[in-house]
Amino acid sequence: MSEEEHILELLIGPQHPASGHMRLVAKVDGDVVVSLRPDIGYVHRTVEKLAETKNYIQIIPLVERPPLADTANHNLGYVLALERLLGIEAPPRAQWLRTLLAEMTRIHSHFYGIGIHGIMLGSSTAFMWAFWDREIMIELAQRLTGARLTYSYMIPGGVRRDLPPGFEDEMEKALRYLERRIPDYHKIFFDNPVTKARLEGVGVLRKEDAIRLGIVGPNLRASGVPYDVRKVDPYCAYPELDFNVITREEGDSLARVMVRVGEIKESINMIRQILKKMPDGPILEERYLKMIPPKWKDWMAQHRRIKLPAALISLRPPKGEAVARVEAARGEAVYYIVSDGSPKPYRFRVVSPSIRNVVLFEHLIRNCRVADIPAIYGSLDYFPPEADR
Amino acid sequence: MVCGMSGSMWIGDLERTARKAARWLVERTPIRSLRDWGIAFSLWPVHFTTACCGAEFAATSAPRFDAERFGFLPFTGPRQCNLMVIEGTLTRKMADAAIWVYEQMPEPKFVIAMGACALDGGIFWNSYNIVRPKDILPVEVFIPGCPPRPEAVARAVIELQKRIRRGEAIGLKV
Amino acid sequence: MASRSESESQGQERAEAAPSGEAEALLSKVLEGLSPEISTVGSAVSVKVPPDCLKEAAQRLKAAGFDHVKAVTGIDRPDSGEIELVYHVSSYLDPKLSRWIVALRTTLPRDDPETPSLYDVWPSVKYHEMEQREMLGIRFSGHPDPRRLLLPESYKGIPPLRKDFKVKVEGINA
Repeated sequence: MSEEEHILELLIGPQHPASGHMRLVAKVDGDVVVSLRPDIGYVHRTVEKLAETKNYIQIIPLVERPPLADTANHNLGYVLALERLLGIEAPPRAQWLRTLLAEMTRIHSHFYGIGIHGIMLGSSTAFMWAFWDREIMIELAQRLTGARLTYSYMIPGGVRRDLPPGFEDEMEKALRYLERRIPDYHKIFFDNPVTKARLEGVGVLRKEDAIRLGIVGPNLRASGVPYDVRKVDPYCAYPELDFNVITREEGDSLARVMVRVGEIKESINMIRQILKKMPDGPILEERYLKMIPPKWKDWMAQHRRIKLPAALISLRPPKGEAVARVEAARGEAVYYIVSDGSPKPYRFRVVSPSIRNVVLFEHLIRNCRVADIPAIYGSLDYFPPEADR
Repeated sequence: MVCGMSGSMWIGDLERTARKAARWLVERTPIRSLRDWGIAFSLWPVHFTTACCGAEFAATSAPRFDAERFGFLPFTGPRQCNLMVIEGTLTRKMADAAIWVYEQMPEPKFVIAMGACALDGGIFWNSYNIVRPKDILPVEVFIPGCPPRPEAVARAVIELQKRIRRGEAIGLKV
Repeated sequence: MASRSESESQGQERAEAAPSGEAEALLSKVLEGLSPEISTVGSAVSVKVPPDCLKEAAQRLKAAGFDHVKAVTGIDRPDSGEIELVYHVSSYLDPKLSRWIVALRTTLPRDDPETPSLYDVWPSVKYHEMEQREMLGIRFSGHPDPRRLLLPESYKGIPPLRKDFKVKVEGINA
């Protein structure tokens, strides 16, 4: 048989056991993958074009839909860019509340990543465990904001609701439960010889390649680059929190998973610090608070939430542009808004962490076995709706 | 044509008559209710995560909401599944894939459209790249929400079960 | 509104206090001879160069320590007949440079937007340039993989992010 006949082109299509929305076109020679090309665009919902037809405050739900498991960080990125454009700043208590929701979202997004990776490796027990522990953070987020995943909590100028009574005690109970639970994960899933055999040394990303290809998030930190936007360009309450940037040197799939688990532990510490140090004060910027009719003041104080002022609906930022970056759970998200003074943006650009990581499919999945494809795919925490926007 | 031993002849196709008789028998209770009960409690959706509602679909199979008590087990190959859940927005590229997967499923098969995007576009209604599932597939149950809570997905499964057992959802290509 | 514009200028001042003088001085030194226009706009340091100097400017920035590209954006301006191309670059390794985002920009004529691809300088632009090519019609000469990324193969028509592509407002078509 000639060389070309050895190679089989395998279409791991949008419907495949490792859950869908993208296609991998793999060239395999027996059991060894020679090359792989990702075929994305199956969830391309044209967020950038639609944002040009919506008002600024209507873009908040639009921006939250692509990265569905990790909405608060992207909401925060968009609102930071918008506030830079408007030239305003949210009051301190609102900044701390934003940080609180961002860290809670980071925890449940990492559990989602661990669960999906477990399913891809064939361990549905990992899926069940991770999705149960995720529900704790989702339930607490529901107490805070009223929704399970798509909170739309942060608006330009502040946040929409304050902490409900009894929240701190429930959160403390939840954090203690998670801290007792994570060693069990280590015993059963991470220190497991099967996991180690499947993930150790698989898909090694070297430090120079990670920098050259522009990789973000835990994938970058697992290759030895200590780059975290929360330390490099801090926003909200991060300058006053004490946390470590988790890095590893090996750069293989197991290192990527371990960086995520380490980040869950750091987030637990951060939430404790936030609840202890949170200052008092208003949750919406003064100018917007003054726009709410006075008859709502008692209702707002009693229910600990604000009534959205009508002026925010037809917000007209001045002409100009602004760029903001945040450390979402999967990596760094960049929001770039160009405004021409009208209530709808002139150009809206969102670069999500997954579109910056998609090059790793071509780069890492080479000269490895076919069974390594789900192992590497899951360790990247790649979320197709976020990449396709 | 069949010749009897006593010299009489029956004219007609025995195969076709037998098939018609079998179908008539199965359509009568109690076999029909037994068959519908069996189908209703073994609805296996194919792993066809369409868009972002997939996160809540995964949460429905998770321990807190546990859809497997209804017999709802997400399975990997379309040839062994009889339910397809369109979770979220169906883009043009994905619509081609959805039709291919739907054709591969054996009958009786059902389709549930989940989420506001599967109803009429949802928040992306004016996008140039999306398709309404109702136009290309025969949808039985629609679930509103963005994303719908897992309890709503469980309710939709129960609703589909009721429709199957009442005989309103046949799932065959007519 | 008077109060808004007053604190808007205050806000711009605050943002300008951030990158400002130091970054602008460094960039004027790195890019001298290429006639750059440097200013601080919305918390990024904006550097505008003529289109034929784009690759040279990119190489000098790379040598100065800016090792990756965060975003590539094309902005369609039909009233001035040009397309503005913006590369947001920053650094992972250098602690001083990683605080700043530099927006390297140039303008291309709208009827024939062609520019050399910056893939040889920064491989991290690969997928971003592919996307802007199909969304705006900008041709990046020398790009290793010029194919459709997000749009379906069957899509025919003007590039979607151009301003003459009007999004349908009355409902979705299959």
